[in-house]
Amino acid sequence: MRNSQRSQKIAFSLLFSATLLIVVPVGLIIVLIIQKGIPAIDWQFLTDIPRKGMREGGIFPAIVGTLYLVAGAIVFSLPIGLLAAIYLSEYAKDNALNRIIKLAIVNLAGVPSVVYGLFGLAMFVVFFKFGASILSGSLTLGIMILPIIITASREALESVPYSFREVSLSLGASKWQTIRHIVLPNAIPGILTGTILGIGRAAGETAPILFTVAAFYLPKLPKSIFDQAMALPYHLYVISTQVPNVDEKIRYGTALVLLVLVLFMNLIAIVIRYQFRKRKKW
Amino acid sequence: MRKFKEFIIEKLILLCGLASIFFVALIFLFLLKEGIALFKYVGIGEFLFGKKWYPISEPPQLGILPLILGSIMVTLGAAVISIPIGIACAVYIAEVAPSKFKEALKAGIELLAAIPSVVLGFIGMVTLVPWIKQVFNIPTGLTALSGSIMLAFMAMPTIVSIAEDAFYSVPKTYKEGALALGATHWQTIYKVLIPASSSGILAAVMLGIGRVIGETMAVMMITGNAAVIPKTLMQPVRTLTATIAAEMGEAVVGSEHYFALFAVGIVLFVISFFINVVADLFLHQKKV
Repeated sequence: MRNSQRSQKIAFSLLFSATLLIVVPVGLIIVLIIQKGIPAIDWQFLTDIPRKGMREGGIFPAIVGTLYLVAGAIVFSLPIGLLAAIYLSEYAKDNALNRIIKLAIVNLAGVPSVVYGLFGLAMFVVFFKFGASILSGSLTLGIMILPIIITASREALESVPYSFREVSLSLGASKWQTIRHIVLPNAIPGILTGTILGIGRAAGETAPILFTVAAFYLPKLPKSIFDQAMALPYHLYVISTQVPNVDEKIRYGTALVLLVLVLFMNLIAIVIRYQFRKRKKW
Repeated sequence: MRKFKEFIIEKLILLCGLASIFFVALIFLFLLKEGIALFKYVGIGEFLFGKKWYPISEPPQLGILPLILGSIMVTLGAAVISIPIGIACAVYIAEVAPSKFKEALKAGIELLAAIPSVVLGFIGMVTLVPWIKQVFNIPTGLTALSGSIMLAFMAMPTIVSIAEDAFYSVPKTYKEGALALGATHWQTIYKVLIPASSSGILAAVMLGIGRVIGETMAVMMITGNAAVIPKTLMQPVRTLTATIAAEMGEAVVGSEHYFALFAVGIVLFVISFFINVVADLFLHQKKV
């Protein structure tokens, strides 16, 4: 008995150290980026164009480019993703088709990001002749985040109690009216959470925009969706590997802005989820 | 009129429901459309097992064996590190951690999943790479080992969260039965809980590996990108993903090089498709 208690103690402390091995570096990375990035951040850094071969000046065009790309991706994928989730939660029967759709979603989520880049290049840039443009990049990112939006929205819709639907239907409402006025309003926080997580993912990805939109150095703002644009993650890649002698401060500053943008999205999602859980009536 | 409107809406919903299938098919078709053209110039065997990747020499040599081996080496390294640590962490969070602490740990892991890979790549460049160089006293820290460590780290959120779910899905009665028979908590975990959730753990491992094989930016930034057949973990390697990301920008549309990079994309797509389908089978295995 003594022995088994002791081995439990050893085992649990090993498990604990394994956990620390993951969580501690995460904390260190974030502290490091904040600590070294903060000195770079000032008004000029955020609102100025990059100057002197990106070794001075700011990152304004990259921030704007990323915002455009993310907005485009959401405009494309939110409606499709939401309707797909409605299909899966409200209409789909438990049959082979449903199984294939779910498998397709899993696969879509598993396709390597650089393969999305290839696909975007072949379909939007070359085949549809959109060229390297915000449009091509947004569509590519939009397809990439589709599984995130579908999965989160579906869970939100399915968590609305079945009795809500029954009441609405028994009052004579049609199926669509029930979905539109009863199910959807109750699922909005969950859908929002998924959308925001999708935004965070789209903002941080580099590989899908490499050949579909990203400009190496473009010190002006895009004028239309057919223009190329700079983007934060690609800019960070460029100034860390392609341009020699960039001040470390600028690199950390760019990493910090990107990190804050992405983590801020996640934070909003967590807050919404938390509020919603607290308010939940059923 | 209302009936008609609802008819349209429901058709639209069905259409969007099928969109995922459509997009997966579309991705595959476009990869195929651009990639298949390569095989007019190079045989499949020569492409997959050719030992030389010199895409811009004249004539170009387009054998991806060094890239495949580079990917395999980095992936194996990452798997060896991440599987034990990831599963141990999942066990700790699911079973051992006090419930307050548990939420904080989960948030930490979620945080890791949210950090963009290019940011992790950058951090790897400025911390891990010089460290490896110094510790092992080698000419460059841009090695397969650096890539493996970073990728292991990046695979953790996938492995931990799926393995954790697998533990939760084991019926409570199993655990209660074991404890009632006088087993310690730890004995219950490794004699009952882990075997009972083995298919979920396997799925977690596979999806973690899938994440590693597909990872692009961080790997490109810290593995050194030398397209040679790797012999040790201490030398630079180049993976399939990094090759596409690094070279597509310069490849001329319609050139052999361009087609070859798409063919590499097909290889990656097929690998990830296989991994996801098998993992899905494990996850939905009928419980006995």
